[in-house]
Amino acid sequence: MLLVAAAQLLHMTGSAEFGFENWRPTLYTYITWAICLCWGQVLLHGEHGKRTLFVLPAALFVISLTVFPLLFGLIIAFSDWNLSSPDGRSFNGLENVRQMWADPFYWNAMLNMVWYVLAILVEYAIAFALALALNAEIRARKFFRVAFLLPLMLSPVAVSWMIGKSMLEPRFGPIASLGRALGWDDPSFFGSPWIAKATIMVMDAWTFIPFMMIMILAGLQAIPKELHEAAKVDGANGWRAFWEVTFPMMLPVSITAILIRIIFKLKLADIVIAVTSGGPGGATDTVTSFIFREYRDRSNVGYGTLLAMVYLVVIVIAMTLLMKFAERISRPRT
Amino acid sequence: MTQTQIFHDSPADRAHRVKWFSGRLAVYTLLILWAIICLFPIYWTLTTSFKMAPDVMKGNMVPWVDFTPKWLGWKSLGLSPDTWGAESTVRAEFLKRFANSAIIAVTSSVLAVALGSLAAYGLSRFSYKFAWMRNSDISFFFLSQLILPPVVLALPMLVLYKELALLDTRIGLILLYTLSVLPIVIWIMRDQFSSIPTELEEAALVDGLSIWGAFVTIILPIALPGMVAAFILSLVLTWNEYFFAALLTSTHSNTLPVMVASQTGSQGISWWSMAALAWAAIFPLIIIGVVLERYIIKGMAAGAVK
Repeated sequence: MLLVAAAQLLHMTGSAEFGFENWRPTLYTYITWAICLCWGQVLLHGEHGKRTLFVLPAALFVISLTVFPLLFGLIIAFSDWNLSSPDGRSFNGLENVRQMWADPFYWNAMLNMVWYVLAILVEYAIAFALALALNAEIRARKFFRVAFLLPLMLSPVAVSWMIGKSMLEPRFGPIASLGRALGWDDPSFFGSPWIAKATIMVMDAWTFIPFMMIMILAGLQAIPKELHEAAKVDGANGWRAFWEVTFPMMLPVSITAILIRIIFKLKLADIVIAVTSGGPGGATDTVTSFIFREYRDRSNVGYGTLLAMVYLVVIVIAMTLLMKFAERISRPRT
Repeated sequence: MTQTQIFHDSPADRAHRVKWFSGRLAVYTLLILWAIICLFPIYWTLTTSFKMAPDVMKGNMVPWVDFTPKWLGWKSLGLSPDTWGAESTVRAEFLKRFANSAIIAVTSSVLAVALGSLAAYGLSRFSYKFAWMRNSDISFFFLSQLILPPVVLALPMLVLYKELALLDTRIGLILLYTLSVLPIVIWIMRDQFSSIPTELEEAALVDGLSIWGAFVTIILPIALPGMVAAFILSLVLTWNEYFFAALLTSTHSNTLPVMVASQTGSQGISWWSMAALAWAAIFPLIIIGVVLERYIIKGMAAGAVK
C-alpha cells in the first residue's frame, strides 16, 4: 500500500515539479498507480481483493478514458481554443453558447438526426420480414444467412465508395441506369435535399439491417414451436397467428434491437463524411459529421466540444425517456 | 379423420396446396431479391476493378461477355501479377495501412476481450460494493458507454493525445478502440458466463483451486465460443472504424478506411483503382464473414434473448 501512495504522489507532482517535455510520464505513473492499486487490493483484502481484481482493471481503464476526458471536455467547452493558432486556450465564458444558439447548421443537423432515427422503423419492418423468411423452412439457409450478413461486415467507408460514389453515379452507375429505365429522367441521388437524405438512409440501412435481422431471428428461434401449433389448433390463420402470437412474443426482442439500433444510428458519420460531406446545404448532415467538419475547417476545439457536449445531454435525455417508454409498452403484454 | 381426406385431394386440400406454393414463392422471391441487393455491390466493385474506362462508362457488367477483364485497377495498386516483382510506392503505402489496420484491430480486440471477460465474469459471479455502486450499477456503468457518441470524446481526446504525444500513434488508437468495443464484449461475455452453472466452480474450489485457478482452468475453456464471438465482432468493428482514425492519425499510423476515404476525393475519376482499393479493404472481412458466420451471429444474438 505504501507503493500505491508513493505512485499516487508521483502522479500528482510528476508534471508540476519537474518540467517534462510532454505529459507522457503522467500516463506512465497512472498505469503504475493502477497496477499498484490492483496489487494492493489483493494484499489488503486477500480473498475479497482477488474478486475485486476481476472488475477493477476494466473499471480503471474506462474511467481513465471516458470520465477524465469528459471532465476535461467540460473545461474546454467554454473556451476559445484554436489548435492551429499559437495563442493557445483562452476562457471565453458563454461566448460559445451564444454562437451555438445562432448556428442554424447545428440545429439543422440535430433535426436531421430525428429523421434518421425515424427511418429505423422502416429498417425494422424490412428486417422483421427477412428474419421471418429466414426462419421459414427453406433450402440453402446457410448461403442466405452469409449473404445477408455480409453488408454488416464491410467497412462503411468502402461501402460509401462502392454504393454512394460508384453505383449511384448519375451517368453510368447501375442503380442510376435502373432509375432511368424506370422512367426517372435525371437520376441524381445527391441533388435535392430530401432525395439525398433518403439515399443516405438507404445506404445506412443496407449496412445495418442484417444486425436487426439477426437479433430478431434469434428471438424467433427462441419461441417454442408448441405455441404455433396451439395457435393453429385454435384455428388462427397465418396472418392472425402472426399478430396475436408471434408479434407480442417478439416485442421485448424488438425493443432491444430498436434501442441498440438507435444508439448506433446516433453515431452515424462515416458514410456522410465520405459521400456527401453534409451537402446539399447541410441536408444530410449528422451531428457527428457536422462537428467533424467544423473541426476540420476551423480547428476550434472549444466550440466543437461544446456542440458535442450538448449533443450528449440531448442523447442521454432522449434515451432515458425512450427506455422508460419501452419498459411501459413491453411490460403489460409479456 | 375420414378416408377421403387421406386418399383424395379434396378442393380444400388443393386450395391449401396452392396457398402453400404461393407462400413458398413469396419467401424465396424475398430471399433471393435481398441476397442480390446484398451481394451486387460487392460483385460490382470487384468487376469494376478489372474494367477499362470505356467499360465503366458503358456500365458493362458481365466479364468476358461484354468486356474483357484487365488488371488495370490492381496494377495501379501494385498488386497485379505483372507488378508483383517491381517496386511500387502505392503498394508500400497500401501494405503499411493494411498492417496498421490489422495490428490495431487485433491488439485492441485482444485487450477488450481480456478486460471485458474478466469484468463480465466478476459481475456475473460475485457481488461488489464500490462506494454506493452495486453490481447492477457497475454493469450499467459499463454498458452505458455504448450510448456515449464518439464525437463527445473525440475533441478532448485530440487535445489530451497531443499533450501525451499519443497523436498519430498506434497505441493511441488501440486504447480508444478497446474502449469503444469494451461494452459490447462485456455484454456478450456476461451472457455467456451466466449460462455456465456455478456448481462447476464450487466443485473446483472444493478441490482446492483458487478463484483465479478455477476461472482459468475450468471456466475459460467452456466460455471459449463466446470469447471467439466477442473477439470477431470487435475485430470487425475496429477494422472498419473511420471517425477516430481520421481525426487522430495523419501520416504515420492511419488505417485502411482513412486511405480509402482520402483516395475518394483525390482521384475520384480512376474508377478501377478505387474499386481495387475498396475491394482490397473489404476482402479480409468477406473471408471472415463467410468462414466465421456462425460465431458472429452467435455474438450478436447473445443480448437479444434473455
